[in-house]
Amino acid sequence: MSDVLVVAEHRRGELRDVSYELLTAGRELADSTGGNLHATIISGDVDEYGEDLNREGVDAVHTVDHGEEFNHGVCTQAVEQIANEIDAQYVLAGNTVNGMDFYPAVAERLDMPLVTDAIAFETGDGLSVIRELYSGKTEGTIDVDSETAFVSVRPGEWPAAEGTGDAAVEAFDADIDEEALNTTVNGYEEVGSGDVDISEADVLVSIGRGIEEEDNLPLVHDLADALGATVSASRPIVDNGWLGQERQVGQSGKKVTPDIYIAIGISGAVQHVAGMKGADTIITINNDPSAPIYDIADYGIVGDLFDVVPALTEEFGG
Amino acid sequence: MKILVTVTEVADADDEFEISGTSIADQYLTYDLNEWDDYAIEEAVQISEEHDDIEVVTITFGAERVEETIRTALAKGADRAIRVWDDSFEGQTVLDPSQKARLLAGVVEEEDPDLVLSGVQSGDVSIGATGVALAEQVGYEWAAVVNQLDLDRDSGNAAIHRELEGGVEELTDVELPAVLTIQTGINEPRYASLRGIRQAQSKPLDVMSPEDIGVELEESAIELTELVEPESESNTELFEGSAEDTAGQLAEFLRERGVGA
Ligand SMILES: Cc1cc2nc3c(=O)[nH]c(=O)nc-3n(C[C@H](O)[C@H](O)[C@H](O)COP(=O)(O)OP(=O)(O)OC[C@H]3O[C@@H](n4cnc5c(N)ncnc54)[C@H](O)[C@@H]3O)c2cc1C
Repeated sequence: MSDVLVVAEHRRGELRDVSYELLTAGRELADSTGGNLHATIISGDVDEYGEDLNREGVDAVHTVDHGEEFNHGVCTQAVEQIANEIDAQYVLAGNTVNGMDFYPAVAERLDMPLVTDAIAFETGDGLSVIRELYSGKTEGTIDVDSETAFVSVRPGEWPAAEGTGDAAVEAFDADIDEEALNTTVNGYEEVGSGDVDISEADVLVSIGRGIEEEDNLPLVHDLADALGATVSASRPIVDNGWLGQERQVGQSGKKVTPDIYIAIGISGAVQHVAGMKGADTIITINNDPSAPIYDIADYGIVGDLFDVVPALTEEFGG
Repeated sequence: MKILVTVTEVADADDEFEISGTSIADQYLTYDLNEWDDYAIEEAVQISEEHDDIEVVTITFGAERVEETIRTALAKGADRAIRVWDDSFEGQTVLDPSQKARLLAGVVEEEDPDLVLSGVQSGDVSIGATGVALAEQVGYEWAAVVNQLDLDRDSGNAAIHRELEGGVEELTDVELPAVLTIQTGINEPRYASLRGIRQAQSKPLDVMSPEDIGVELEESAIELTELVEPESESNTELFEGSAEDTAGQLAEFLRERGVGA
């Protein structure tokens, strides 16, 4: 038992980036155990996906041809069977919305301890997983005192595997019990279209929970007007219904790449950063210097937004 | 029909804090109802208001301190509460989702609900796996990251949306009994009314030990051995001074970049 299994992810006809990152993370663990690196892809155009997953460092790809899209019942059964078949020591999946919908169940079935949202590994004498705790303000080392483990990996932390490998890409004949599939995926819906497209904006003034109340929003609109910028927001503002979904930046909102992104009263949670790290210049106004947004901001003002924002608006004659 | 809602408290660290051992020293922490659970409570209460004969029961793993948060859930409309605790957990943060799920599973087996609503994650540790692990342990169906829920009691089915990345939702039917992990934004959580707060004082809140619910925990294979404040990777150039000074410097920078000119 020394092999590592990576569960690749696809959606609506495409392998997702995290799949290639998982191969790199998986290779790191396989190097530490001296075992082989396996990848599996379940449902969809598995032949094509299987070839795509055959990157440098991959020893075997197992494809499971069953249905078009992710169904957690199918995925759970197939991953359990493959992990058992290859006697996997470690199983890795992406810390994604679909990942969260299957790996806790697989870890239970395989009786493997589960550590989620890894950002780094320490290997040597067994496995330790590094992950954030307390809303990104601290990092913890989690020792896994077990021969086997299931680990989910944060997207964007490991580089994508490249090149072409010499893995055998083979169909795995999973025995899927249809009776045990008690969810049916009926389709998909795109949400968040509206009359502004924040992904087209050159300058975004983005507001977070630091604004406290809906009544304070004019502060931000005034600034945006004075700058000729567009207003966007973090999730809580949209959850509260203060701004429309089309203005949400982040994992479940829009990816934006403006020249200038001004984050005001936004802490910089990983799901928010996923949507704005591609901005050319990031500026933050946040009174907490330990907020994770300072890890990625180019310029910042550690101060109270209720003082700084009106002063800034005034500078521009607003 | 019975709906169980998992309710937990989360710790929010002050701007400045110190780490003692493998946790943040308690004096720098403020505890509050987990944001995701607030939406789960609201969803359950709304369902109970729309249908007849629905009992909403909250279940919490936590020390006595957490009862204040539980009372908030009762004030918002839950009918009764269960708190599971054993002093041997004092001072520990349970990071093993399987263990947390096991404690909840004992109650689920006893209460036999049709639907369990939990939050997508606890905002402080962000493990995001307890709900689905629980479903697997008790043999329920499940769905993670649910941002719309329509219950059809007659057919025993929940028509849900799962919020995927990038503004895409998955439309799915889930057979009951099931555990659904609830995403923020699914509804608008209410504030507890004064009347609700008064009523909450007399609603039942049962305290049980793991033994009471027939759970014997094995030692977890997962252990937090170190906690650090990461070396700041920050290359942020800070504008310093009063609000006016900093605003002036930022304005100058923006003008140089051709903004607002
Ligand atoms: C599956 C999933 C998907 C998600 N998708 C998204 C997404 O697409 N987009 C997104 O944004 N989030 C998303 N989230 C939520 C994310 O985890 C955070 O909860 C959210 O980004 C926090 O928003 P915030 O930074 O505005 O609020 P907080 O984290 O509460 O931060 C508020 C900040 O304001 C600062 N502040 C407070 N008062 C002041 C003041 N007077 N002056 C200056 N600063 C002040 C505080 O120091 C703090 O740093 C998702 C979460 C999950 C689990």
